[in-house]
Amino acid sequence: MIPAAFDYEVAESVDHAISLLGEHGDDAKLLAGGHSLIPMMRYRLATPSVLVDVGRLDDLRYIRTGNGTVSIGALTRHSELEHSAALAEACPMLASVAALVGDPAVRHRGTLGGTIAHADPASDLPAAVLALGGTIVAQGPGGSREIAATDFFTGYFESVLADDEMITEVRVPAGSGGWNYQKFNRRAQDWAIVGVAVAGGGAGVSLVNMGSTPVRASGVEAAVAGGASAAEAAAVAADGLDPPDDLNADAEYRSHLARVLTERALNAAGVA
Amino acid sequence: MTITEEAPGHVGSRRLRKEDPALLTGEAKFIDDLALPGAIWVGVVRSTEAHANIVGIDGAAALAIDGVNEVLSGEDLAPLWGEGALPCAWPVTPDMKNPTHLPVARGTAKYVGDAVAVVLADSRYAAADGAAAVVVDYEPLPAVVEITDAVADGAPLVHADLDSNECYTWGLWGDNAPAVDAAFAEAAHVVSERYLQQRLIPAPMEPRGCAAVPSPAGGELTLYSATQIPHILKVMTAVVLGIGENKLRVVAPSVGGGFGCKLNVYAEEILCSALAMQRGAPVRWTEGRAEAAVSTIQGRGQVQHIELAADADGKVTAVRVKLLADMGAYLQLVTPGVPLLGGFLYHGCYDIGLYMFECTSVFTNRTPTDAYRGAGRPEATYAIERAMDSLAVSVGVSPEEIRARNFIGADAFPYESAAGLVFDSGDYQTVLDKAVALADVDGRRAEQAQRRASGSSKRIGVGFSSYVEMCGLAPSRVLASLDYGAGGWEAATVRISPTCKVQVVTGSTPHGQGHETCWSMIVADKLGVDPDDVEVLHSDTAVSPTGLDTYGSRSLAVGGTAVYMATEKVIDKARAIAAHQLEASEDDLEFSGGVFSVRGTPEAEVPLAGIAFAAFTAHDLPDGMEPNLEAHVTYDPPNFTFPNGTHIATVEVDTDTGDVDLIDYVAVDDCGVQINPLIVEGQVHGGILQGAAQALYEDAVYNSDGQLVSANLGDYLVPSAAEAPRFRLDSHATPSPTNPMGVKGVGEAGTIAAAPAVINAVVDALRDLGVTDVDMPASPQTVWRAIADAQGGAS
Repeated sequence: MIPAAFDYEVAESVDHAISLLGEHGDDAKLLAGGHSLIPMMRYRLATPSVLVDVGRLDDLRYIRTGNGTVSIGALTRHSELEHSAALAEACPMLASVAALVGDPAVRHRGTLGGTIAHADPASDLPAAVLALGGTIVAQGPGGSREIAATDFFTGYFESVLADDEMITEVRVPAGSGGWNYQKFNRRAQDWAIVGVAVAGGGAGVSLVNMGSTPVRASGVEAAVAGGASAAEAAAVAADGLDPPDDLNADAEYRSHLARVLTERALNAAGVA
Repeated sequence: MTITEEAPGHVGSRRLRKEDPALLTGEAKFIDDLALPGAIWVGVVRSTEAHANIVGIDGAAALAIDGVNEVLSGEDLAPLWGEGALPCAWPVTPDMKNPTHLPVARGTAKYVGDAVAVVLADSRYAAADGAAAVVVDYEPLPAVVEITDAVADGAPLVHADLDSNECYTWGLWGDNAPAVDAAFAEAAHVVSERYLQQRLIPAPMEPRGCAAVPSPAGGELTLYSATQIPHILKVMTAVVLGIGENKLRVVAPSVGGGFGCKLNVYAEEILCSALAMQRGAPVRWTEGRAEAAVSTIQGRGQVQHIELAADADGKVTAVRVKLLADMGAYLQLVTPGVPLLGGFLYHGCYDIGLYMFECTSVFTNRTPTDAYRGAGRPEATYAIERAMDSLAVSVGVSPEEIRARNFIGADAFPYESAAGLVFDSGDYQTVLDKAVALADVDGRRAEQAQRRASGSSKRIGVGFSSYVEMCGLAPSRVLASLDYGAGGWEAATVRISPTCKVQVVTGSTPHGQGHETCWSMIVADKLGVDPDDVEVLHSDTAVSPTGLDTYGSRSLAVGGTAVYMATEKVIDKARAIAAHQLEASEDDLEFSGGVFSVRGTPEAEVPLAGIAFAAFTAHDLPDGMEPNLEAHVTYDPPNFTFPNGTHIATVEVDTDTGDVDLIDYVAVDDCGVQINPLIVEGQVHGGILQGAAQALYEDAVYNSDGQLVSANLGDYLVPSAAEAPRFRLDSHATPSPTNPMGVKGVGEAGTIAAAPAVINAVVDALRDLGVTDVDMPASPQTVWRAIADAQGGAS
């Protein structure tokens, strides 16, 4: 539980952070809330030689609404999403999902940008942003780019972010529509064994921990769009997926859970 | 007369713990808080193989790290302990196999986590970096992982120099066999069940750690350790390393829980002590959480086969039990004795005719097992309480009715059990009746029926567990008959200072329980002083030289009784001085509220403070009396105590997902007289959650290569407060006649009772679906599969 030795740099600005990333290449990792990265370092599953701390970039802590969009600064804490009156009105689903991440200590440190950059398929908020049809704004040495959430995640803990890019903002459309989030786990503070996010009355459906990335359940979305019942749509929730096997659940049971939870989520989101 | 009858008010009150301010403010010093300038930090290189020859150890990369000074193999270290090895104090049979257990392995690693080399470094960080950088060349050998594998034909040997993996076979009343066979032949109902007790990782809040500090000029050594047993550790360290006991002091600083896993003598304690003596410098080691999963003993690990024979009414006529118990790769301090502690209790709280118990214990290539909260008794209670429910189904009566038909009657005490113990006191039926009423069993059953009828996927189940356990370890002569290598007494000194403050020295060793608070309350009531005027010294062999420490819910019934008796002895001395001062006969004196007075002459009185000062000055004491007001008592209990109770768990099972929600938990316990109900409730709450954890969450999972898969607290699911049920507690005390306070003990009761209550509830919820058993832990996946299997295949 003792991490390998590393150097520590404090970023004074986004530009500074990016230049530090450029300087240290793939030896460096950004440190935001640290509640995913530091445990991995303590187990020596991650051994970055440089940590670039962006946790003090308070100008990236905001929730702005307008023009049908909710824009959230990357360093916004989960607890801030959870307790924001503006978010509760503009995108209640995101506020509600944020309240289910880990435990209060994790939510007071963990950041929206951090959890998306970490790209853990078992995390709650990436799947929620995916179901909501969100957009990730990333900045690199050449400037900013917008990446659709559907294009962002590429594999276990992997995304399209370059080594010298950092997430600055996450945008989701205002209004969650008929929405629901089902999180199934054994202990309150754990990652989901399986989770299902439904937004827009079934227009956006995504699954947690059912593959190497948070996945869009496009078969379910299509079925709902085609007028299927919740039960009919949920029946295809696990089709074509390759869910992981672990101590909590093997692939067969995970697929079963995905179907059960998808039906529940669709029902709760107003799909009969 | 029990203490509650004469108490002015402290005993029996929900007094806040005097230990807590220091713990809650961070002032308390745990082992890793000790500042030891110049200490050598030890990092332990642990085997990554379950069974392998150690072909080579390459420390070059480690030595290249700044702050890493030495890399030492088991061969290098061997001279430190010579013929010494880690001790096992419980040779349960004369022919028990006890392979030599070196602090650091030589030649062969026997389990993942086995120490194979050590790194000596300037800091904890350098030690960790160094340990990670040592390259060990292993030649893997076939590993024995599961218990049943160990006894399979042609099984690989954990210890090549032994002719099998069997450690010992121990039986109780084997000459009952023909009568037991006849009972089963004649039985109207026979239950035969096989249960698995998964291995558990103790996971106290504070992992282990130790620091050995030498005084080279005089050759003395002080060993600080996060241990439950400084006194036993001192004797064992002295014996293993050949250090004179007069040169050795062992101190347990604040210790953050143990649950039995710190009731041991560990490799690191011996290693740090030996190195400190050799180097003339402090040597220390602090265990990491992930390290602890494999380097500290684990609990449970049994395959249980229990059979009940009963007549047509469900009256049990015989209980026959066969166990296979997993010792792990080596025997730690009391490893072999743990199954035996349960061996006396597989008939539970029932008046049965005949009893047969046999345990075969085996070696496997896994971390050694040893005592873990309840130590044998949770396993026994699980087996009999699960089997009693099966018998109830077979007979066609309710779980409460089958228990009522078999309980030892309230008028039967002292009751000689079929296993040869004498149960002290109890009223099992009243306890059960209270629990049934509190849990609203009838209401729950109505709800259960209604949900079944409506086809709801949320099923209700109600599960019972009636238990009796043995605490107050133990009469020394009984321990002798079990070949245990120590006595079971406890020591206490009570001193009253010149200013009438009280010093209690106890041989009990708290590691979270609240001894200081409880001992103060006992003494305060007896002496008529304020509990805050009582200090309690413990956990340091230089301060408290005699003691046998804290485990097995023994502290109050044995250590607390010693304190009580020492206080009485002090009062006897004070009475003699008071009689001298008042020129009265001792027989005419009353002692109440801290004042001696002459019966019938209330103006003739002297306060304890006056006597304390007189004893200090010694100017005018009775002829021949020694100065000072103090007394020492060593108390050897005449019998165990037998706490008991009935717990009722109510669960809601989601049959679509297999998820089990523990929605209510009722516990009615008889732990005898309660000193501090607040502390009792805390013990029961934590105990229940620890038992429910075995039922629903925790499992030390090994793969077929002998790797611990659930090696961190993300995969090993210790439940938190969020998973805790609503605890609803009541009690029904039948004071133990064994000791003057009538106390029994409560440290393990919740853990002993909870697992069968929860699993019985899960099975009750699903019985109409054809489910008759669910393995622990009843994870959602396990429950879902059990339902699917009962329904004839996956849904």
